[in-house]
Amino acid sequence: MASGAPAKRVDAVRALRDAGVTALLTFGLFLPLIGFQTVTDVRNDLILNTRWPLLFAVVALVGFSRLAYSFAIEPWLQNRALKPAVEPAAWRGKVARWIIPFAIGFVVAYPAIVLATAGFGRAVKWIDNFGIQVLIYVMLGWGLNIVVGLAGLLDLGYVAFYAVGAYSYALLAKTFGFSFWILLPLAGTLASFWGILLGFPVLRLRGDYLAIVTLAFGEIIRIVLINWVDLTNGYAGITSIPRPTFFGIPFNADDDGFAAVFGLEYSPIYRTIFLYYLILALAFLTAFVTMRLRRLPVGRAWEALREDEIACRSLGINTTNTKLTAFAMGAMFAGFAGSFFAARQGFISPDSFTFLESATILSIVVLGGMGSQIGVAIAAVVMIGGTEIMRELDFLKLVFGSTFDPTQYRMLLFGLAMVLIMIWRPRGLITTRQPSVVLKERKAIASDLVKEGHG
Amino acid sequence: MEVFLQQLINGITLGSIYGLIAIGYTMVFGIIGMVNFAHGDVFMVSSFIALVAFLLLVSLLGSSSIALVLFVVLIVAMLFTSLVNWTIERLAYRPLRGSFRLAPLISAIGMSIFLSNFVQVTQGPRNKSIPPMVQGDFVLFTKNDYPVTLSVKQLIIWIVTAVLLVCFWYLVTRTRLGRAQRACEQDQKMAALVGVDVDRTISMTFVIAAALAAVAGTMYLMYYGVVSFADGFVPGVKAFTAAVLGGIGSLPGAVIGGILIGLIETMWSAYFSIDYKDVAAFSVLAITLIFLPQGLFGRPDVEKV
Repeated sequence: MASGAPAKRVDAVRALRDAGVTALLTFGLFLPLIGFQTVTDVRNDLILNTRWPLLFAVVALVGFSRLAYSFAIEPWLQNRALKPAVEPAAWRGKVARWIIPFAIGFVVAYPAIVLATAGFGRAVKWIDNFGIQVLIYVMLGWGLNIVVGLAGLLDLGYVAFYAVGAYSYALLAKTFGFSFWILLPLAGTLASFWGILLGFPVLRLRGDYLAIVTLAFGEIIRIVLINWVDLTNGYAGITSIPRPTFFGIPFNADDDGFAAVFGLEYSPIYRTIFLYYLILALAFLTAFVTMRLRRLPVGRAWEALREDEIACRSLGINTTNTKLTAFAMGAMFAGFAGSFFAARQGFISPDSFTFLESATILSIVVLGGMGSQIGVAIAAVVMIGGTEIMRELDFLKLVFGSTFDPTQYRMLLFGLAMVLIMIWRPRGLITTRQPSVVLKERKAIASDLVKEGHG
Repeated sequence: MEVFLQQLINGITLGSIYGLIAIGYTMVFGIIGMVNFAHGDVFMVSSFIALVAFLLLVSLLGSSSIALVLFVVLIVAMLFTSLVNWTIERLAYRPLRGSFRLAPLISAIGMSIFLSNFVQVTQGPRNKSIPPMVQGDFVLFTKNDYPVTLSVKQLIIWIVTAVLLVCFWYLVTRTRLGRAQRACEQDQKMAALVGVDVDRTISMTFVIAAALAAVAGTMYLMYYGVVSFADGFVPGVKAFTAAVLGGIGSLPGAVIGGILIGLIETMWSAYFSIDYKDVAAFSVLAITLIFLPQGLFGRPDVEKV
């Protein structure tokens, strides 16, 4: 207890009562679905199993957590509220200045670090599952950030453009044999064309309605991909999509393959490292273009549109063009990411482009703090990296028994994390905004001055 | 003609289920202006609760007194689902009230992911199918060897939906709670000033929404006899479409919108292509929002500076 503030005693009776009520509530909540389990027996009939120990463990856990909250966390929170706010220490400013160069250095050196620490054999997994996977979402997050964070247009169907990019690359590369480097810009162009096409009908919509219509468009595209079997091969997807080459040198074990040409022993890791730097370059391109666009008239028009559409129109900004360019730019980067995805996987199917993907990307943008590129990158690392890490937690098997499979809980915790982060920081991780134009001195805009868009 | 009549019967049945879910969307949107993304998954959870209750009762009572079993299952599902939705509102939405506009939406999407995965983890990823609860149907008439039938299941759905809608209509228009709800919908601050407990009213709105979703969930389980953890999303979006079509915020609109969506879907499947039936529903959603954003019965949204 702090000496200055009057020490408030914890009311034990109230704490116990709260814990009891919470435990009772938890019992009621989880009785049907944790207390009972529906399983299929040998005759293929559905029967019920009971899981009382698990149910009571959960109830006890929640009850004790509530008790701990009353006795430990609540007094601490009250004490903190009583203390005067401390000035942020000077070192925080210095850290903030160095964090971006450090992060860039880290991601550039990441494959080397992994190779040095994890060894040659395990490095592929860490670079591929972790590095490339996170970077794809960083790039998608930055792309959607243009639409949602800068222009304030809530898009829940972003994965549609990702799908357009992926299928464009896969189909064109397989049918006509074009190389990755020709098809990358082409896929981006096609995706941005779709962005404009789907943007046109929704120009009048705003906020939640816009989100729902874009969701509907995303689902329609997915259903078409499933059912247009002649073109897309339906659920079965497209297999053996050509891989990108290193300036014409393929990554295979042949005599003219990458390893042979450079006199190295053949290993799949070269392709993985190449793909890692490819997506890194694409992600940096997205960030760089966005940063430059923010300073152009169109970028400022986006941000003006986010703040107030009516004011925007009264100032003579063409809101139609502004919205469409935002959709097109966002969709273009999704198209790039999509064609990279198809080239990396070598296989695509409609299963990769579900609503859950759109929701994930949007949540990365919002959790990062709309408009903040660093925030989006951090959110992508936390959310995607966090769920990928879940695959590696084999030691949990020692705690919970060998049948315990941590990967099952990935999306469960993902959803929970979305809710908790929103409650903890409703405006996202990084809430301050850097103005794109400054007069005399650079000032960050505090979060309470930032108005959200209604566009 | 006989095919059309049969599809009409099927469509109204499906539409009743959508309508019951749609009321939940429209009420919540009306009162706190938020699209409750998790509502479809609350419906799915209610279906699972009904499944557990049904299996438990059948093993206790035997399947002889099916009417009693069905009634108890319905009540149990309504109670537990209400508790679930009350808790969700309390934990995931209430802290975000009056906060940044997108925050509750993201929180609801997170809740939706959480709920479907919770059911997947606790009950397993496979489809759960049960033997038909209610059997038998009435042949209304036969023409060209095509019998037009109304099954007992469909009749039960119609009757239960109608009875509940009457109760619900009474609750909203004639009781103190309904009055408080309508007051909060118009102006929360003013309602609070004249002594309406806004927090409690919003909680009760979620409870009622969940109870109606639970009715839909039980009926869904009875009608199809199969449910899976992934069954929340598509019915949820379709019910939302129904709410939008009827005019979001309008309660009769939600029911009529639900029946319309049910009819559109069954007619589309019967006459065009069953593969693209979801496209039909999603297109209706997009077209309505673009050309008729206030829906059939909604108030137009006036933009003010």
